[in-house]
Amino acid sequence: MRFVDEFRDADVAQALAAQIIDLCEPGRQYKFMEVCGGHTHTIYKHGLEDYLPANITLVHGPGCPVCVIPMGRVDDAIHLAEQPDVIMTSFGDMMRVPGGRGSFFDSKAAGADIRMVYSPLDSLKIARQNPDKRVVFMAIGFETTAPSSAMTVLRAAAEGIDNFSIFCNHVTIIPAIKAILDSPDLRLDGFIGPGHVSTVIGCRPYEFIARDYGKPLVCAGFEPLDILQSVYMLLKQLAEDRCEVENQYTRVVPWNGNLKALQVIGQVMELRPYFEWRGLGFISHSALKVRDEYSDFDAERLFDVPGVRVADPKACQCGEVLKGVLKPWECKVFGTACTPETPIGTCMVSSEGACAAYYNFGRFSRERVKEATRT
Amino acid sequence: MCLGIPGEVIELLPDRPDLAKVDVSGVKRSINIGLLENEPLAPGDWILIHVGFALSKIDEQEAKAALDFLEGIGQAYADELAALQDSRIE
Repeated sequence: MRFVDEFRDADVAQALAAQIIDLCEPGRQYKFMEVCGGHTHTIYKHGLEDYLPANITLVHGPGCPVCVIPMGRVDDAIHLAEQPDVIMTSFGDMMRVPGGRGSFFDSKAAGADIRMVYSPLDSLKIARQNPDKRVVFMAIGFETTAPSSAMTVLRAAAEGIDNFSIFCNHVTIIPAIKAILDSPDLRLDGFIGPGHVSTVIGCRPYEFIARDYGKPLVCAGFEPLDILQSVYMLLKQLAEDRCEVENQYTRVVPWNGNLKALQVIGQVMELRPYFEWRGLGFISHSALKVRDEYSDFDAERLFDVPGVRVADPKACQCGEVLKGVLKPWECKVFGTACTPETPIGTCMVSSEGACAAYYNFGRFSRERVKEATRT
Repeated sequence: MCLGIPGEVIELLPDRPDLAKVDVSGVKRSINIGLLENEPLAPGDWILIHVGFALSKIDEQEAKAALDFLEGIGQAYADELAALQDSRIE
């Protein structure tokens, strides 16, 4: 229990850990998936896995939007960036993500005008300032960022800005969870539900997981204590033979989500029939595209997008990591050929990718566990 | 990009009801508050910000907890703040 001193409230943490041990059925193995990359980060940063009893395994899910972008979409985006008079704009997280022909950074070095922005509204500003250029925003992310892209399109429409468009790669979390539930590779006992995505979608969309799949889900905050408490809540449901969606993160997540945000997503975007996810393949109704009414702001209609499909590199096992089948350190190239400086797979690029989180923090906590057990 | 960062509202802009001046770890920038239209904001309120948009109103204690979490993350939060520093939302 060396790590207790790292928690904000060591007594509460210790009490929770004891209660967690009490709730475990002797001899039973528990596997819970934390869907969100932010949770993965907390788990590695604080060495939470080593803190939980050995019969509880936390597996990392697909909730890192940068990690799930397929290489072909990166190549498509680079193709757009290379068109005449185009300024491509992107969140910084996306710049190093490798496609089949390199990353945004590589393309920028070769002369394409690619600029990092903090917000899609900054991209819109670049469009205002450069009326003779065509400004494209690389729109990525789950339901946390989709409302921002939608709001920006509405603003562009209201102002009559005709040189701004988005290359829409927004994905939705529910079909990804369903794909994991339908996957034969993994048997899970419950889910630690994403925090910030749930701020937008609320808790209701998860109800099918409890109802149809018989798995409990607890929406969780990002503090180490939040995650411990969520594990406790999941175990308590299992011990009491309950199966529900519960909200541990009530201080931020409203049960019904942010209705305004949902409304603007629905106004500007609609579901695609299918979309490719890195490592998970094609998933039905799992991503958003721009509605016909806003086609003037849809880069996929304004430009000829090649629709490249690129197989992931053979050595890369991001798919297994994203599905929670492999732990980062079990990947063949982890920490050797694939590092944050020279990533092969997306999970090593984003700070919320399971591999990058483990590379930066997890290794140290494992080493510390070894050290602690020696003394 | 995916990080929700807490900020304190310092000023509402009467001629731009969709924007507010917000202090994020000492960086003061305009943030869009159009997604919180059903939750009236006042200076001193804390909000959780994603890519230039306030997604929820939070209390001060949660804001402090979220900041601690972000500061613990290190480089990713430093990058996010640097990006915010360059932001000029209108």
